[in-house]
Amino acid sequence: MILPGMSGTAVAVDPAPPAERLPRRRGIELALIVVAVLLCVYGYCAVGLARHGTVPPGAAGYGAGLGVLALLAHVAVRLRAPYADPLLLPIAVLLNGLGLVLIYRLDLETPHDRAAPIQLIWSTLGVAFFIVVVFCLRDHRVLQRYTYVSVVGALALLVLPIFFPAVNGARIWIRIAGFSIQPGEFAKVLLAVFFAGYLAANRNALAYSGRQIWRFRRLQLPTGRVLGPIVAIWLLSVLVLVLERDLGTSLLFFGLFVILLYVATGRTGWIAVGLLLACLGAVAVGRLEPHVHSRVQDWLDPFASITAGQGPNQLAQSLFAFAAGGMLGTGLGLGHSVLIGFAAKSDFILATAGEELGLAGLLAVFVLYALLVERGYRAGLALRDPFGRLLAVGLASIVALQVFVIAGGVTGLIPLTGMAMPFLAQGGSSVVTNWIIVALLIRISDCARGQYDGTPAP
Amino acid sequence: MTKYIRRAVGLCAVLFVALLVNAARVQVVQAPSYDSNPGNRRPAIARYGQPRGDIVVDGRTITGSRDTGGQFRYERTYLDGPLYASVTGFASQLYGSTLLEGTEDGVLSGTDPMLTPLPLLNGLTRARGAGGRVVTTLDPAAQRAAFEGLGSRRGAVAAIEPSTGRILALVSTPSYDPGRLSGTGAAASGAWARLNGQDDKPMLNRAIRQTYPPGSTFKVLTAAAALDSGVVDDVDAPTRSPNPYRLPGTTTRLTNEIEGCEDASLRYAFTWSCNTVFAKLGVDVGLDGMTRTAAGFGFNDRKLRIPFSVVPSNFDLRLDRAQLALSSIGQFDTRATPLQMAMIAAAVAGDGSVRTPYLVDRTTTRGGATLTTTGPRILHQAMSASTAQRMRELMTDVVERGTGTSAAIPGATVGAKTGTAQHGIGNSGTPYAWFISWARADDATQPAVAVAVVVEDAAADRADVTGGGFAGPIARAVMEAVLGS
Repeated sequence: MILPGMSGTAVAVDPAPPAERLPRRRGIELALIVVAVLLCVYGYCAVGLARHGTVPPGAAGYGAGLGVLALLAHVAVRLRAPYADPLLLPIAVLLNGLGLVLIYRLDLETPHDRAAPIQLIWSTLGVAFFIVVVFCLRDHRVLQRYTYVSVVGALALLVLPIFFPAVNGARIWIRIAGFSIQPGEFAKVLLAVFFAGYLAANRNALAYSGRQIWRFRRLQLPTGRVLGPIVAIWLLSVLVLVLERDLGTSLLFFGLFVILLYVATGRTGWIAVGLLLACLGAVAVGRLEPHVHSRVQDWLDPFASITAGQGPNQLAQSLFAFAAGGMLGTGLGLGHSVLIGFAAKSDFILATAGEELGLAGLLAVFVLYALLVERGYRAGLALRDPFGRLLAVGLASIVALQVFVIAGGVTGLIPLTGMAMPFLAQGGSSVVTNWIIVALLIRISDCARGQYDGTPAP
Repeated sequence: MTKYIRRAVGLCAVLFVALLVNAARVQVVQAPSYDSNPGNRRPAIARYGQPRGDIVVDGRTITGSRDTGGQFRYERTYLDGPLYASVTGFASQLYGSTLLEGTEDGVLSGTDPMLTPLPLLNGLTRARGAGGRVVTTLDPAAQRAAFEGLGSRRGAVAAIEPSTGRILALVSTPSYDPGRLSGTGAAASGAWARLNGQDDKPMLNRAIRQTYPPGSTFKVLTAAAALDSGVVDDVDAPTRSPNPYRLPGTTTRLTNEIEGCEDASLRYAFTWSCNTVFAKLGVDVGLDGMTRTAAGFGFNDRKLRIPFSVVPSNFDLRLDRAQLALSSIGQFDTRATPLQMAMIAAAVAGDGSVRTPYLVDRTTTRGGATLTTTGPRILHQAMSASTAQRMRELMTDVVERGTGTSAAIPGATVGAKTGTAQHGIGNSGTPYAWFISWARADDATQPAVAVAVVVEDAAADRADVTGGGFAGPIARAVMEAVLGS
């Protein structure tokens, strides 16, 4: 999976001379975007045909809107990131468009609560941020200067919702002028920048210095002095969990940190310590925090509430929806995933995909995410600067972890944690954040593929 | 660093594979058990997602479907709901379905495999067959005559075509409108609570789900057993029976309400309903002969379906001689459904064989293509054809000059037997007026109808409660309706 002319080893000091100019592949990107938009318009029409027997009147407008957004993003990439990976943007467009179709489809069941138009506004905002990032951020290495500004910003964003009332048991929203924002979503990107900057600067110290406190065969635990940062992040995660009852975000931060720490230092000991701390935190919180405890109980026996005569809970309804989908699904608009209840459009959006598109459609969605993640990692592999590599790995890992945590949760693989399926789920902050993540990956991949074409790095 | 990035990629790959495997587990392996979980509403949503097929009486649909646009989209409606409730039952989103709505649910709801000619293709497209039709054997005129004849009284009527076993009328009163139980709203649950709370149990199908002491109408069976077993050869010969009759092994003396029963002939005893004669005849036939004949008519049959199940009528298999004597005049533990008594009348009217009664003539697709048909089937030979012939004579005498004159129809031969079952301690319970009969138009070769009527009436003066006076006119109205149509 390595581009020609690039060796797989981490030789950042002395790059090999460019063999040939890489193709830009912007035409392929455009073609894929057109396919993605057409697929989404087809889905939109399919919902209308299934429900009312006619093509929905908004189909042309929806297609035009999505198409214009995608084209603007494409033009931005063409102008400012001509060597960027051609798969990233079409995948984002397809996932976002599919999300809009699914939300529109669920809106039909809840006429008093239409989420698709708001989601379209947020998507537009997300694409705007995408364009701004692609235009204004000429080189991702600039971000390294803001390592500590980022962490301060991230902490501020994380702490902010504590002063706002809890919604559905979690203190992660702030409401301003009718819009609710989830600051923790934006904090993800800032934390990834901080982790990448901090680890790029201190990786050697973390890997090699200090006194090792325990050694058993090849498993080498890190030294006491450098254990500090990881313990600090662990405490932060637990704090987020306890104060905001946001298991998902806490899990994501911690997983992100452990992965980056491992990638930066290559010390398996970090993984061991990370897993140990995670288990400790999980057990302690699972015992003490009723919100989390009930999630674990639901996971162990999703149908307990049915046996108890209280009717199916959300997880049980989600499993029913997936089961009803079977191999090929009921078809868009013909499922009953609305039975899941209030989180059907957000945390449980994947259940609608599973029911109406079936296992086949779900696999396609998973493959899209996997491709997005793989392209992110690939950009990281192709770069030479440690900060860029860690940032790419961090951003790709955010997507991967998030998909795993929420998809695993709604399909009963792991205990459910409230989290948004990237691009698919209803949620403004999430859509905007994911567009920013894709913009950063575009920037990084442009640098990774462009740095070999002979032009000097800015 | 590259090595470690690759390992991180490997970790992500493991996570995605775990998601895929788990998705396949949920959507394919576990799917059937999730689909059938009682908490899963989807089966019910699918079932009510299309109009339900209709039940047809004489070419006219008596049911319908109303589109509510809700989650359980189509609600059941009924034309003349109370008139046919004892046949259709109800189909309720909240309370399930009963009677024909219950047993024919596969056809009506469209799940019957016969409605999907290409099961594989349908499994792929998830198309559900349109609900089929259930065509009943009912005669609407007879059904209405029975319903109106019973009026506001508690009671039941069953009418059968003797030559086939087709059920022409099946009525239970008081009745209810099954349409009130359709839907999911408070109206349906309120109606349910109200119907279940009523003393006279309108949802109880008295024609098939309630057994009554048959009283004197049971003497048809006893007479048939006596003739068939040879205990009586000549219906006009004296039977050498005392009056009063001392129940064997006891000091209890059985008496009659009328004169002339001592040593009466079978014809006289049948026409005027002498208890003493029939009690003695039952003992003379013996327990074996009586239970065999009773079983031949359908007593103690737990398997009878028309197509919904019928409560078995009871004739005890172990009786001492005194109990046998009482059982032989329809008392003690003898209990019968109105349908069972109609089957007895039908066996007499025919050639002595009992046809399986049936209510569904055929089922068809929505378009009318036949799926299944039900035809006449002989259940048992209850008595010989010659015995049936002599029984017809006896029953005709009852109408011509006995207790059943109220059922006489000009232009037709009618046979009948009346009964009054007083029961409870010291006869304190509600008396039941019974009437079983059959009728043959004078220009026809075969009897067209056999009827059983039972009327419970607590308000009536007990002395007046006789089968002939109360139940006879209802039976005549039903028979006239069948003969006239």
